Amino acid sequence: MWAYIVRRLLYAVPILLGVSMLVFALIHLAPGDVVDLLVPPEVPKEIADSLRARFALDQPVYIQYFAWLGRLLVGDLGISFFTNRPVADELFSALGNTLMLALPAALLGFGLGVVLGALAAFNRGTWLDKAFSATAITGVSLPHYWVGIVLVAIFSVILNVLPAQGMGGSGFPTSWEQARHLILPVVTLSLIPMGVISRLVRANVLEILSHEFVGTLHAKGLLSRRVLYHVMKNAAPSALALMGLQFGYLLGGSILVETVFNWPGSGGLMNLAIFRRDVPVLSATILVLATIFVVINILVDVLQALIDARMRR
Amino acid sequence: MTDTPAIAIAEPVEALRRAQQGKSYWKRVWERLRRDKVTLAMAAILIALLTMVIFAPWFTAHDPYQGSVLRRLKPIGFPGHWLGTDEVGRDLWSRMVYGGRLSLLAGVMPVFLALLVGGFLGILAGYAGGLVNSAIMRLADVLYAFPSILLAIAITGILGAGLRNTILALTIAFVPPLVRISEAVTTQARHLDFVEAARASGAGTMRILQYHILSNVLGPILVYATSLISIGIILAAGLSFLGLGVTPPNAEWGLMLNNLRQALWVDPVICALPGVMIFITSMCFNLLSDGLRQAMDVRL
Amino acid sequence: MRPLLAVDGLTKHFPLRGGLLNRTKAVVQAVDDVSFEVGAGETLGIVGESGCGKSTTARLLMHLVPLDHGTIAFDGKAVGAGAELSRRDLHRQMQMVFQDSYASLNPRLPVAMSIAFGPLVHGLAKSASLARARDLLQAVGLDPMLFANRYPHELSGGQRQRINVARALALEPRLVILDEAVSALDKSIEAQVLNLLIDIKERFDLTYIFISHDLNVVRFISDRVLVMYLGKVVELGPVDRIYREPRHPYTKALLSAMPSMDPRRRTMDAPLSGDPPNPINPPSGCRFRTRCPFAEAVCADVPPTLTMGHDGRAVACHMLVSGSGHSRA
Repeated sequence: MWAYIVRRLLYAVPILLGVSMLVFALIHLAPGDVVDLLVPPEVPKEIADSLRARFALDQPVYIQYFAWLGRLLVGDLGISFFTNRPVADELFSALGNTLMLALPAALLGFGLGVVLGALAAFNRGTWLDKAFSATAITGVSLPHYWVGIVLVAIFSVILNVLPAQGMGGSGFPTSWEQARHLILPVVTLSLIPMGVISRLVRANVLEILSHEFVGTLHAKGLLSRRVLYHVMKNAAPSALALMGLQFGYLLGGSILVETVFNWPGSGGLMNLAIFRRDVPVLSATILVLATIFVVINILVDVLQALIDARMRR
Repeated sequence: MTDTPAIAIAEPVEALRRAQQGKSYWKRVWERLRRDKVTLAMAAILIALLTMVIFAPWFTAHDPYQGSVLRRLKPIGFPGHWLGTDEVGRDLWSRMVYGGRLSLLAGVMPVFLALLVGGFLGILAGYAGGLVNSAIMRLADVLYAFPSILLAIAITGILGAGLRNTILALTIAFVPPLVRISEAVTTQARHLDFVEAARASGAGTMRILQYHILSNVLGPILVYATSLISIGIILAAGLSFLGLGVTPPNAEWGLMLNNLRQALWVDPVICALPGVMIFITSMCFNLLSDGLRQAMDVRL
Repeated sequence: MRPLLAVDGLTKHFPLRGGLLNRTKAVVQAVDDVSFEVGAGETLGIVGESGCGKSTTARLLMHLVPLDHGTIAFDGKAVGAGAELSRRDLHRQMQMVFQDSYASLNPRLPVAMSIAFGPLVHGLAKSASLARARDLLQAVGLDPMLFANRYPHELSGGQRQRINVARALALEPRLVILDEAVSALDKSIEAQVLNLLIDIKERFDLTYIFISHDLNVVRFISDRVLVMYLGKVVELGPVDRIYREPRHPYTKALLSAMPSMDPRRRTMDAPLSGDPPNPINPPSGCRFRTRCPFAEAVCADVPPTLTMGHDGRAVACHMLVSGSGHSRA
């Protein structure tokens, strides 16, 4: 088992290198010279040329890549050409804001997902289960950014009970007024994980219930609660694995929801960067989000290996 | 008693012969599909949608690009514009129908292209095994390190917006999952006894792929690809929503959603409309994919 | 008389990988230095417990699995890449029928097509291949009118196995390997298929290698029999003589474990003691020594060789070789 874990960790290295190469390739393939992207067009040619030399742009590609990689590894994510501040600062505060959405969304989505999925499985075949299936397939087909807009239309425009946009203040919410701003985005963000988890939990629980030994447990007269505990214990590992993955998606894929609600998270930052053609910010954000996703994936794999080994013992 | 009509004898023989034909797998899948009302309904809706979208001029009365400052944001039921108008006065119904062209194209084309590329690479990896397999799967892993939307944004954000880049970005995003599933089913098929028997007949790789592997592998891959289309439609519209996909003044559902969002406070209902189209289309493909999966899950 | 198939020193070891760098941790010695000959027109039975290497041997013969060591000669010609007889040509001379009748047939192809695939691949036109397939269906007792366009799931186990036999015959081979071909069938069907096999053998002038764990069936159909244990050949010879008078302790134990209808022959003691050893770490010297009641020190030091006796029988046991160091030699 440890061999597997070490191998998995080592394997992450080429993956991350590949990711960095991909982002670097994209930057390089962007129309226009990299310096043109890094530097406003009004700047005189001499300065642009000296920048080219400074950034080693007259060097062959692979040297540029290693220079860029070297800077990344010491934490230098570049300078935003729009604000002239280091990207790292903006990015990490933005990530904090995204986390403020992602964590509650994860808890809500996973929690409801497990409950709904288990309910559907235990009541298989009844109207409850059929309603669940209908909801599940609807949920997967809904564009969640559209749901966000609809929620805003209902709760902000028509009913006027919840704010439509923004954070209402920076940092961790300290007042109810601030916290109100979280409600709609969190609900919107939680939809997809809820749908995915509930489907998986339902399938897993059904599969475990169909095992013969569960029938034996029932026949022995064990209380339903015992059966429930046993079933959940067996369904947990793969559900947890999927939850980890979904959390990674929440962090990396929050841009659409953040756009709808004008939320200044990593997604919002990317949005601004796209709008302003601020390539350093955009590429750094993509790189960091992808790295986080890879790390989460590894953690999920390692945890699964650990849980598997414990369960087998 | 001697002149029994020859025709009466021929019929039972013919029926017997037909009964001995044996039903091929695809025929049985088709028969199951035919009886599945939900799937048929979905297919009908999609065909209707496709017809409307292709023959858009026949179904709409207005030019989707023609706006009118006087007629901005008219509500549903306004005379002449039964779904109202958008923020620059263009007829919403026309925009939705014409928009379907780009939305569907941007959603379906990437899956189709990814199916060709990913399917080919996956089957190759699955059948060849060894180093070829490792190389292909590792490359897919690098792309898998990105959540799909992030990858699509990376490509279109850095390379620029537009339909072409959208299709490119989504194709690249969809290749890894298709490679994965193609490789998985092909590896499974490769170890089946009848493939070994085919090798024992002295067949080369090409023949084995042609007669034995492909027919057993295409089913699951196709089902998966169909389910990817529903995601593709949502993602393509999402990209346009972010301003990375189709560019104005073209009509496209995601783009319309973004434009109309600014008018949310004026007329909240209108803003929802393009999203409804995305939802319906995606749902149809989802149910279609489910129906296909059930039909193909024929217990032999 | 030159033997149709001559096998010498066949060896196949499977590496087990694992650990940090996916290194080879251990080796499964599936087939080790197996040598035998098959004469034209005879049926050679191969028996042994599960895991003794019979199926691997079959796959090595068919070149479905690459050899580690050893030579295979078909009708005097060496087989291998770049040798006189290529793998592709070998498949025209030697074919195989597998155990799982259902898994051996492509569920997407009509059975006639499954049969016709071999000739098709070797250059015969599609119509001619299908015609041959229909003839073969007739030969195995299935009416082509009724069966040619059926699919495998529409047939019974016995019918499917007939199809597999027909497929093996499609390339007009001279030798057919039957790897547990009747083991999965119901007894009555098994008898039918066995009779079919015997009939076909005569009609098409074939040679058989019949692999099975069912001793009765092997006795019924074979001329000579080869006994395998843990990847090695332990005894070889004419079937009746071996069954009546087994020489190797393993063969004796195997045969005495056969249930008998004769009330006078009751098995009182368990014929074999000890656990079946691991093919990953087989015992040194003679592999059977851990379960052999007659094992001695020499059995652990020196692996016995398969020595051909004067009567066409071969045994690999120190007890039967004078001067080997065994007290009973």
